[in-house]
Amino acid sequence: MSGESTYNPGNGFTKWMDTRLPILRLAHDSFVDYPTPKNLNYWWTFGGILTFCLVTQIVTGVILAMHYTPHVDHAFQSVEHIMRNVNYGWLIRYIHANGASMFFLAVYIHIFRGLYYGSYKAPREVLWILGVIIYLLMMAAAFMGYVLPWGQMSLWGATVITNLFGAVPLVGENIAIWLWGGYSVDNPTLNRFFSLHYLIPFLIAGVVVLHIWALHVPGNNNPVGISVKGKQDTVPFHPYYTVKDGFALALFLILFSYFIFFAPNVLGHADNYIPANPLVTPAHIVPEWYLLPFYAILRAVPDKLGGVILMFSAIFVMFLLPWLDTSKVRSGRYRPLFRQFYALFVVDCLLLGYLGAMPAEGIYIVLARIGTVYYFAHFFIVLPMLGIIERPKDVPESISSPVLSGAAQPAE
Amino acid sequence: MNIKSLKLALSLIVALTLGLAAGMTGVQAAGDAKQPAAIDWSFAGLFGTYDRDALRRGYQVYTEVCAACHGMDYVAFRNLAQPGGPEFSEAEVKALAAAYMVEDGPDDYGDMFERPALPKDKFLAPYPNDNAARAANGGAYPPDLSLITKARSGGPDYIHALLTGYQDPPEGVELRPGLYYNPYMAGGKIAMPVPLMDDLLEYSDGTPATVEQMSLDVTHFLNWAAEPELEARKRTGFMVLVYLSIFAALMFFSMRKIWADLH
Repeated sequence: MSGESTYNPGNGFTKWMDTRLPILRLAHDSFVDYPTPKNLNYWWTFGGILTFCLVTQIVTGVILAMHYTPHVDHAFQSVEHIMRNVNYGWLIRYIHANGASMFFLAVYIHIFRGLYYGSYKAPREVLWILGVIIYLLMMAAAFMGYVLPWGQMSLWGATVITNLFGAVPLVGENIAIWLWGGYSVDNPTLNRFFSLHYLIPFLIAGVVVLHIWALHVPGNNNPVGISVKGKQDTVPFHPYYTVKDGFALALFLILFSYFIFFAPNVLGHADNYIPANPLVTPAHIVPEWYLLPFYAILRAVPDKLGGVILMFSAIFVMFLLPWLDTSKVRSGRYRPLFRQFYALFVVDCLLLGYLGAMPAEGIYIVLARIGTVYYFAHFFIVLPMLGIIERPKDVPESISSPVLSGAAQPAE
Repeated sequence: MNIKSLKLALSLIVALTLGLAAGMTGVQAAGDAKQPAAIDWSFAGLFGTYDRDALRRGYQVYTEVCAACHGMDYVAFRNLAQPGGPEFSEAEVKALAAAYMVEDGPDDYGDMFERPALPKDKFLAPYPNDNAARAANGGAYPPDLSLITKARSGGPDYIHALLTGYQDPPEGVELRPGLYYNPYMAGGKIAMPVPLMDDLLEYSDGTPATVEQMSLDVTHFLNWAAEPELEARKRTGFMVLVYLSIFAALMFFSMRKIWADLH
């Protein structure tokens, strides 16, 4: 938090530096002495895990770009060149490809943690909004990255998504042509997607800095959702949370490694090992798993423009969330009704994800419509209403009191 | 330490990812095609490795049968000598390559010339281009086989089922000339004629060349062609898991010690 700095430069150089560019002071205050609520549980370790994922994607991506050729005639071949001829190319590429999935797994847990513990509520609205921007950028980066190997799903996924912009009235067709750099997804599209795919992670890194800045002004939320009252509620970030995040990261890496080394293609689609062919449309065009809920919403609407609007609204509604939830209590722990609707919302998102992978026909369409209606109802009806009708349970006095319960405590 | 939330988080993540993986497999296998039977491949599992003899026999099936129509653009003769593959000796690979003639050039006079293939050359394509391949196969394109086990859902199980699954068409299924019935193919109709027959070739190691045997061998070989890094990948992966487990244990005990004074 933005309290006074406890940094104490130890030697001549750091003293000299501190009066010119106090970057070491900034690092000390942000990552060493930063006072952190002492009751954070493991759901809070995903911030650090996400930082690790971003760095991993950038490092492996930069190496892949050294060997990759963004041209429709060579892209597929150059990816196979990486897999077969570049030293440990298979490792780098499988880390990058599965890293995207792990990144999204972690970000979804991070987002749903925020949703449960009310981490979007005052004074953390800007922190939350920056997070949603990061999530949007991640989706753009992941989508463009999936196009780069230029397999069948690359081409046809790109075709489906870019065609969405064609639904815009009057100028839709022109927007699509402008996006493609031609009249269909082709070499100019691949080239610009490569360029943007390389750019976006650095934009993400920039917004992550703002996200951490916006975190460190009000400080972390915590499982009981009440603000830090004093020094007794916090511990310094290092070593308490560096070691806890480190342990969680090690467990996360075990899961990550399982996919890299033993099931590297299970999260992808077999069709993407078939070179892109504009003359052959795959039987089912399916996006990567992390985009499936939005794909289900898109297809649930019988009207193309309506589907596109709802799909984007499903993401943009997150920006309004801090003002849609009217409850004054942050943590779901003390909100009995909210907990039930929250569980329903999680199930709804998983259901939409499943339906996004199924063909858009019969019962799947019906379920997708129900799921879509509930998705929006949760934000626009349930959350505003709950704040009014729900009677929250008693919230503890301070962070220290529930943590220390059971220890020698003066009777109240 | 909040062990309960750790357990909850862990089990949720594992359930989510397993569900995800199962879901993806289900998605890809969806369709009207018959489900291939699961084969107990030697290269499956945590410690899977290729069977060198099967790979060598599979290479023979590929060259004597499949290669008449199917190319393998991403595999070079030199790959046959690499560790984790059929592991032919350098001399054997040289001899295998030299049986083929490739076009090279231009030479100092600007002319193209033919020379025997070298280990650095890729497997030779059976047709000069896609159109020639289609023209020779009644309009159907025999796909490149370098990645075939990764490019089809069901992987090697599907390939083996397809190669051995030809049947007479059930009643009511009309096949135009040049199409064959195979329930493992989506739609049931396939342009590839029955590729394997008993004793179609004579294995140099004396193994009886049954359809089943040849299919298993060539699928084994195709899986290597698609994933030549498999053995190194699984070996490395095991060491990585051991390392990470020790690292996680060290972090856990460090954490316990650091947090102990707070509780």
